[in-house]
Amino acid sequence: MSEVALQARGVSISFGGLKAVSGFDLTLEKGSLQGLIGPNGAGKTTLFNLVTGVYTPSEGTIHLGSQRIDGMRPHQITRRGLARTFQNIRLFPDLRVIDNVMVAAQTHMKHGLVPTILRTGGYRREQLAIERRARELLSIFNLQGLAGEQAKNLPYGHQRRLEMARALATDPKVLLLDEPAAGMNPQEKLGLASLIAKLRKEFDLTILLIEHDMGLVMDICEQITVLDYGVVIASGPPKKIQNDPRVIEAYLGTPMTNEE
Amino acid sequence: MSEQPRDAWTSTPVIWLRSILPWLVGGVLAFALYRYGMWSESNQGSRLAMPIFHFKILSLIGINAIMAVSLNVVNGYTGQFSLGHVGFMAIGGYVSGALTYYGSMILWQSTAIHGELFGGGDFLFLGALLCGGLVAALAGYVVGLPSLRLRGDYLAIVTLGFGEIVRLILTLTRPIKKTAEEVSQAGLLSITHNANGSWALDGWMISVGGALGFDGIPKYTNLFWIYLLCFATIIFCYRLKQSVLGKAFVSIREDEVAAEAMGVPTTRYKVLAFVIAAFFGGVGGGLFAHEVGILISPPEMNFLKSVDYVIMVVLGGMGSISGAVLAAIALTILPELLRDLSWIPFLPKALHDVSDYRLIIYALILICVMIMRPQGLMGIKEIWEVRPALWLRAKLARKEKSP
Repeated sequence: MSEVALQARGVSISFGGLKAVSGFDLTLEKGSLQGLIGPNGAGKTTLFNLVTGVYTPSEGTIHLGSQRIDGMRPHQITRRGLARTFQNIRLFPDLRVIDNVMVAAQTHMKHGLVPTILRTGGYRREQLAIERRARELLSIFNLQGLAGEQAKNLPYGHQRRLEMARALATDPKVLLLDEPAAGMNPQEKLGLASLIAKLRKEFDLTILLIEHDMGLVMDICEQITVLDYGVVIASGPPKKIQNDPRVIEAYLGTPMTNEE
Repeated sequence: MSEQPRDAWTSTPVIWLRSILPWLVGGVLAFALYRYGMWSESNQGSRLAMPIFHFKILSLIGINAIMAVSLNVVNGYTGQFSLGHVGFMAIGGYVSGALTYYGSMILWQSTAIHGELFGGGDFLFLGALLCGGLVAALAGYVVGLPSLRLRGDYLAIVTLGFGEIVRLILTLTRPIKKTAEEVSQAGLLSITHNANGSWALDGWMISVGGALGFDGIPKYTNLFWIYLLCFATIIFCYRLKQSVLGKAFVSIREDEVAAEAMGVPTTRYKVLAFVIAAFFGGVGGGLFAHEVGILISPPEMNFLKSVDYVIMVVLGGMGSISGAVLAAIALTILPELLRDLSWIPFLPKALHDVSDYRLIIYALILICVMIMRPQGLMGIKEIWEVRPALWLRAKLARKEKSP
């Protein structure tokens, strides 16, 4: 029954002499929720950029469902059902909150320039449908009251939620979340955990997330992959990862032994 | 998107009406302005008439508004810094100018205006404008291509270079063919191989006056055509801005990486923005070339004129159409107002004549505005979206509710 939603095989990239990611393997089963952790600079965000097409891997293949996506442009990958959020929030600051979501929802728009200028009936109905869908998404994230605000005027927590709403507007099958809990207080983190669970169920999503908050990752992820210096050092269920000596070493270093 | 809302506003006849009505209103307004101009000219004594000089400025405002609003699509919406808008203007102007000049020579053996408004000559003129716009749009596509790879200052340099190339090529063209016989002898384009081994290029296609400028283009441009096309440009750009497509354009300016990640085909839309801006820039150039009393010439199409249009866009607010229009109006009138300050009440007579310093004052005003409003007059908003307008609208709505 296990269908593969996203698969990376032997993915590598180097910048100059630095091998940022090498020989990375990952299999995301459909409907699963996986975590990607590792110390700072381990190559987690680089990996996200590889999967979403910002970088092209120098070796290896990436498949989304049955389609090969490495080498495609980011917007082509997004159209095929892979969306992401960013570690340092990247909204469209001058656009209104609702426009931020509508831009993402235009991914699957059919009408081009000419109907737009003539304002044909089909174009109007499509525009209304996109707007309605954007409002629905905003209300899921409790942002419906702020639809008319400029995105840059939202408080930080709201901006994080808006980024997720925007990513969902592209109608993804796989969602990549880059540190969704960064800068949140413990209470907000609890809310986030239940929100992610809810989204996963409601939108039938497969989720891969990068997170530094171990409590959260261990709580919600079924599988965890640990990256250090661009290499996978461990992967498996949370229990196994917690006790893996190599993971502990990567995070805490080797214990000093006094032989005398 | 399975269920489709259908109500009074989305029924077919209403949609057609709402689709066409703005263009019609624009046309009627332009026609009214044109008739008023005609009437004013023949009734100069009347108190209701405007001096002819003012109509001259009015036409310039219209053309400048077309240029600023179209440049806004590239510089304002997609945030690509183009400094070559005059290049498109020159292409549009020369292509349409050559078509009407030599077209009238071939069709009617003279370059006089043929027929009244909507007479035979105006169709030639409109066709020429369209061709000018299309050739400019093609050039826009070619210039848009490097924008795939370049951004910021580098793109500015490339577009600036493009404008200069157009200008320099135009200075290399041949003198104008003055009579119908000359035109028929020259033909469209001929390449001859001389005895001494050199090649010579001739024909009316490249006989557009060289450095001296293209003189004698039939003066078909009038207030009607200027404002008709000005309204058309504004409606086009406004509808674009309101649509999801236009918002995708703006998202490129806001954050290109995020836009790409949200499925916006950024390179395609950037090129599309260049093509749209170039088309209307070319049409504006065509209107300029056929304007009474104006000789289109390469030295005038230099990059300082491009800078003028960039100033209009920046001053009006990146992405704001009404801002660009307001800035076009203000910056066209301002230099004229500064010629003579006697219109300011209570100003000492000694200060009336500042015409020597007017460019300095003009620059000072620009600097002050940019310090006080770095986002431009309007920011990204339109004039009816700023606070005083919203307040007024809320007040009117309240009045309607409680009669």
